[in-house]
Amino acid sequence: MQLGYSEDHQMLSDTLERFIANEYPFEIRDKTANSEAGFSKELWEQYAELGIIGALFDETAGGFGGTGVDISLVFEQVGRGIVAEPFLAVLLGGSCLACGSAAQRAMLEEVIAGARIVTLAHDEPNTGFEPPSVATTARRDGDGWVLDGEKIVVPFGGVADDLVVSARTSDDNLALFLVPADAQGLTRQHYNNVDGGSSADIRLDELRVGADAIIGADDDGARILQQAHHRGVLALSAEALGVMAVTSDLTLTYLRDRKQFGRPIGSFQALQHRMADVVIAIEQARSAVVNAASAFDEDELAAARTLSAAKYTTGRTGQKVSEEAIQMHGGNGMIWEVPVAHYAKRLVMIDHQLGDQDYHLQRYIALADDSPES
Amino acid sequence: MISFGLTEEQELIRDTLREFAADALRPIGRECDEAGKIPQEFLDTVWELGLTNTQIPTEYGGAGEERSAVTNAIVLEELGYGDLALAIAATAPNAFANAILDHGTDAQKQYFLPRILDGTDFWCQGYSEPGAGSDLASLKCAAVRDGDHYVVNGQKTWTTLGHYANRIFCLVRTSSEGKPQTGISFLLIDMESEGVDVRPLITLDGRHEVNEIFLTDVRVPVDNLVGEENRGWDCAKYLLTYERTNSANVGASYAALGRLKALAANRIKNGKPLAEDQLFAARMARVEIELANMSTTNLRVIASVAGGGAPGAESSILKILGTEVLQEITNLARIAMGPEARILHDEKAPGADALTDAERAALTYFNYRKLTIFAGSNEIQKNIIAKRMLAL
Repeated sequence: MQLGYSEDHQMLSDTLERFIANEYPFEIRDKTANSEAGFSKELWEQYAELGIIGALFDETAGGFGGTGVDISLVFEQVGRGIVAEPFLAVLLGGSCLACGSAAQRAMLEEVIAGARIVTLAHDEPNTGFEPPSVATTARRDGDGWVLDGEKIVVPFGGVADDLVVSARTSDDNLALFLVPADAQGLTRQHYNNVDGGSSADIRLDELRVGADAIIGADDDGARILQQAHHRGVLALSAEALGVMAVTSDLTLTYLRDRKQFGRPIGSFQALQHRMADVVIAIEQARSAVVNAASAFDEDELAAARTLSAAKYTTGRTGQKVSEEAIQMHGGNGMIWEVPVAHYAKRLVMIDHQLGDQDYHLQRYIALADDSPES
Repeated sequence: MISFGLTEEQELIRDTLREFAADALRPIGRECDEAGKIPQEFLDTVWELGLTNTQIPTEYGGAGEERSAVTNAIVLEELGYGDLALAIAATAPNAFANAILDHGTDAQKQYFLPRILDGTDFWCQGYSEPGAGSDLASLKCAAVRDGDHYVVNGQKTWTTLGHYANRIFCLVRTSSEGKPQTGISFLLIDMESEGVDVRPLITLDGRHEVNEIFLTDVRVPVDNLVGEENRGWDCAKYLLTYERTNSANVGASYAALGRLKALAANRIKNGKPLAEDQLFAARMARVEIELANMSTTNLRVIASVAGGGAPGAESSILKILGTEVLQEITNLARIAMGPEARILHDEKAPGADALTDAERAALTYFNYRKLTIFAGSNEIQKNIIAKRMLAL
């Protein structure tokens, strides 16, 4: 575990923070995140040029980062700016591609260059993230495969160039398939998200892909998904932390500036104690993310537990910070034009991605390997 | 528990302490609690091992190492893993020694520091009064100058281990001019002086930990004034901040959590171990995660303090978190005992064994309500956070 950052990491974080501050003021965010595509292609290309996408992947995958610290630093800034661009989508999709064939890994290079968006289509109606719950099937058809099923709320699934689809190859096994978005048999219903950005529901009807579409072997799906899941959980936890930090700053400023009864409302103890609780909770969330970023590079079980602890913590704290921010902003917290409202929405919606606080608390308990001490 | 960024020396201290806590501290903790007394042999061992005196300069008998908030945290965390009350007793002199080093005269340093180190003196803290709890600056215990002496009259209360100490450092009022804080002085009092009367205050769990101390015409040499007259508040604040930081209780909480898990694995509810009860398991997991987070928060706050100082308002965060986590763990232990939690075991009955943690669960729960009250109640901590950290 480290508390300070290396010069390179600090530079990465500073570069991204500066870029977002300059190029992504609230008006631009409001416009692009709620546009039909849910993001700005121009901004996305600029992020790629700055090397931000490459920072999410390690050298073997064609990037130059990929550690727990890299991912958490990038996503904390993404959170601070409530950036809607498809960072999570390509982190998940790219993480799967990195386990694939030479051609699939070559595609990841295009993703890192900002020229292609590859997302992960995994969630299904009435299921959680757990791999066993996948109902989509893949059956062999000559050398290739035929996919049938339904995927929901695929991040940027309506605008992605390709999708990594999880499907059941047998009762016990899952595999991942790389499917072009314009493949025959694939239909997608595109929509915007409550918290900005866009997603899509995907139908796969007798969708035929070649033998080269499979990522890894026909029983590799769960393992590869787990790796992607870990990256995504770390990313979302760090993103939540960034959103919280700004939400807290905005609320603090409001408490100092807003006057009622002839004095700043922040002078009232009832609000001071609420704000102190918020600040303490965020310190704990930051520690959870530090722990997770550190455990991410360690052995799988320790990582899994610590990541779930972080997602649980940020999910729970995120809801608290969001609700407190709106409450302490009073009527002004309810207004679209006031940025804090959008921070609050993103914060709560993060808990709806890759497992919510209850899911991760249960997973944390299930993964316990400690025997009681005397 | 602490596992990163330590110097070699700090690692050595940690490893020594971990062993000491397990071998020497844990076994006698209960005995000490029940006797209401800390055995001199224990304190002697602590000082012999140099566990708490490392940062006292060599000219006063210490090891003369650089003062470090990180080292302090390690010491308390590892000792706390053995027994919290003993850990505090063993480390408290360190805080007081620092205050003397920072604010005392040469004569005070030369006289008092070696006496702390060799165990001649055991100090208790005379801050709170019946009318001055959270509003400590309103304290009334008065010291009036009379030649080479102060004459002290008043009452102190909640004096932890006052029945064991032979000396007390007191906040006394030497002036009623100006702001309440500016008329306070820091005075060292020999408890064997005439006019010092110590009376036990039995707490709701039936224990004798704290006392009332009545001071009637107690004559204290002016040489025992620490710092300037009417400027004692700065010194007191240093000690309070130090105390708050130590309230993170990371080691004690990990130890208590370990005992809770063992208890939950053995208690049966609805035909299966309580640890497998979904609701109870969730409550244990929540506090375990909170503790893991807090352990890192503790280090982040402490690491941000260079040198030997105590953290500022951030220490209030640690105080709130540390006390709430430890309270929740003892709360769960109480719940785990079910109806049996209500049994008041007679530990003094002939042939009775010392009470087990499980048998003490309810009493410990009640005893630990003190955590969110002492060292500045958690509400006072939130005021400090709001004013000093958040500028509200």
